[in-house]
Amino acid sequence: MSIIAQDETADARITRSRGRLVLRRLRRNRLAIFGVLLIVILYAAAFTYTWYWPWSYQVSDPNAYLSPPNGTHVFGTDKDGFDMYAQVMRGLQKSLTIGLLVAVLSTSTAAIVGSVAGYFRGISDRVLMWLVDLLLILPNFLIIAILSPAFRGHTWLLFVLLLAAFSWMITARIVRGMTLSLKEQDYVRAARLMGVPPLKVITRHILPQMSSLLIADATINVGSAILTETSLSYFGFGVQPPDVSLGTLIASGTTSAVTFPWLFFIPGGLLVLTVLSVNLVGDGLRDALDPNSTRDRRKELKELKELKNPRTLRRPPRSRR
Amino acid sequence: MITFLLRRLANYVVLCVVVVFLTYLLASLTFDPIALLLHHDPPPARSVINDKIHQLHLDQPIPQRFFEWFGNAIHGDFGADVFGNPINQQVWTRALTSLRLFGLGTLIGVVFGVLVGVVSAIRQYRVTDYVATFVSFVLIAMPVFVLGTLLKFAAIKINQVTGSDFLVFEGEVTPGFTGSFGADIADRLRHLVLPTLAIALGLVAYYSRYQRNAMLDVLGSDFLRTARAKGLRRSRALYRHGLRTALIPMATLFAYGFGTLIVGGPFTEHIFDWHGMGEWLITGINSQDANLTTTVTLFVAVCVLFSGLLADLAYAALDPRVRL
Repeated sequence: MSIIAQDETADARITRSRGRLVLRRLRRNRLAIFGVLLIVILYAAAFTYTWYWPWSYQVSDPNAYLSPPNGTHVFGTDKDGFDMYAQVMRGLQKSLTIGLLVAVLSTSTAAIVGSVAGYFRGISDRVLMWLVDLLLILPNFLIIAILSPAFRGHTWLLFVLLLAAFSWMITARIVRGMTLSLKEQDYVRAARLMGVPPLKVITRHILPQMSSLLIADATINVGSAILTETSLSYFGFGVQPPDVSLGTLIASGTTSAVTFPWLFFIPGGLLVLTVLSVNLVGDGLRDALDPNSTRDRRKELKELKELKNPRTLRRPPRSRR
Repeated sequence: MITFLLRRLANYVVLCVVVVFLTYLLASLTFDPIALLLHHDPPPARSVINDKIHQLHLDQPIPQRFFEWFGNAIHGDFGADVFGNPINQQVWTRALTSLRLFGLGTLIGVVFGVLVGVVSAIRQYRVTDYVATFVSFVLIAMPVFVLGTLLKFAAIKINQVTGSDFLVFEGEVTPGFTGSFGADIADRLRHLVLPTLAIALGLVAYYSRYQRNAMLDVLGSDFLRTARAKGLRRSRALYRHGLRTALIPMATLFAYGFGTLIVGGPFTEHIFDWHGMGEWLITGINSQDANLTTTVTLFVAVCVLFSGLLADLAYAALDPRVRL
């Protein structure tokens, strides 16, 4: 008994200092810090621009049509005299909000579905596998583009729900794999034998074990959600005018990229910068949270290997550690 | 081996049929081609609308419509679009156009992606590695519609500076171009340069990151040290033993990559003014055309099917442990 008690106190010490450890590892990764700073700046600039910026995204300046960047309009104006800085900040607001909401929603869904499928196996498991396979052929861009005429004219929150509804499958597949191996761990078995109800086992013992993976994955998902959102909006399948997102801004700037370059390069550059910094943070987080990683995506690769290896395809993946 | 491939094929074919059915279902449920007709001013007569409804089989239940369309599609007849034009008229030229673009883009992307990945793994933490890593991070964060426009912009500037018009970026062939067979090929190749680059660059960035990690995993392994110890030259050991092992997970990525590549299709074709399947998909959605959209999806599904089989074959060829 005393040995177990000792182990528990040791564990407690580890969990207490784990947060600090992760933070220290993250701080050492200069690129990730750069990414965090950029995201904070972008968020702050986008959501407070009405406080410090004289122009609104809805009010056009009749004295300046298509004016290049200058003193009054730092990022220039578009063909209707709308201030580009205000437009871009408004678009950034929308894209960042959608990215964050979709990432949180889809990662939570993935966590729930993946762990339930891995824990109970059976029909939910088969359905999940099948959905992932389906998504390989029918990417979420295609599905949402086909559905877009139906939600045209409705609120953008519906768009968020759709994006989230079709982007959780691959993460769920990874969560399922981890659940399969965690399920065989002694402490989970003990909990089950003591009669803890399955849902409690999942929420108490299984999901906390992979919180690090989920956090890193949610961050990466923010980036890919922003990319999917802008891609759909580019063709008019996503955010609808009069609302603006970075995608709609880039789309309208594309046609005049040569004659009025600021209309394309400013929203385009901002989009790349945003996704780049989100990815840097996600990569940094993953490395900091994973004791075995050496600043690389080796683990992801290993998962992929197991995910699609013809020999292990229908078998539970081996333990990840 | 054969039975394994056949089983995989059967699995893929079932998935394809399901995907096509789902697309048809979704499209039929959400699309409303009649609404487009009603927007005309003055609105068309009731009889015209009824004719249209009848012509598009909208008066039949969706499963019946699907099975009729699918039965014909298997025999190579993809039906008509909402305007009554047969889809068969364009489907093969468009498919070939897209395949030419994506085939070449994928080939270049995979080859250079692997090369860049291997080089940055071998020269880890040197200038080459840092430059490759930085460029791929930027390219991964850059959607293809930004990259494509950027390439187009650069081409215009280069043409201006050099005073030539070598870099062309509109269409797949010069309109009204006539010449010998050789000149025609040259003209087509000239039009291929920029869109292929747009596709390949993204793939190079994506594959090189994974290849670098796979190669780094292999570099420290015992079997490579053994190969060196028994007297193999470094390069030979690296390429014969190292690269072969490091390529195994890439076969998987390849199957995944094709789906995402197809998503890039509409953008590349839209920006460079190509008339391929991707452009058609957008047309189909905008004109609320279930037949057209499903035809394009079928094309995508068949492409993914073949790339999946190809990945399985590559897997078996690369990994001696896989004896299927």
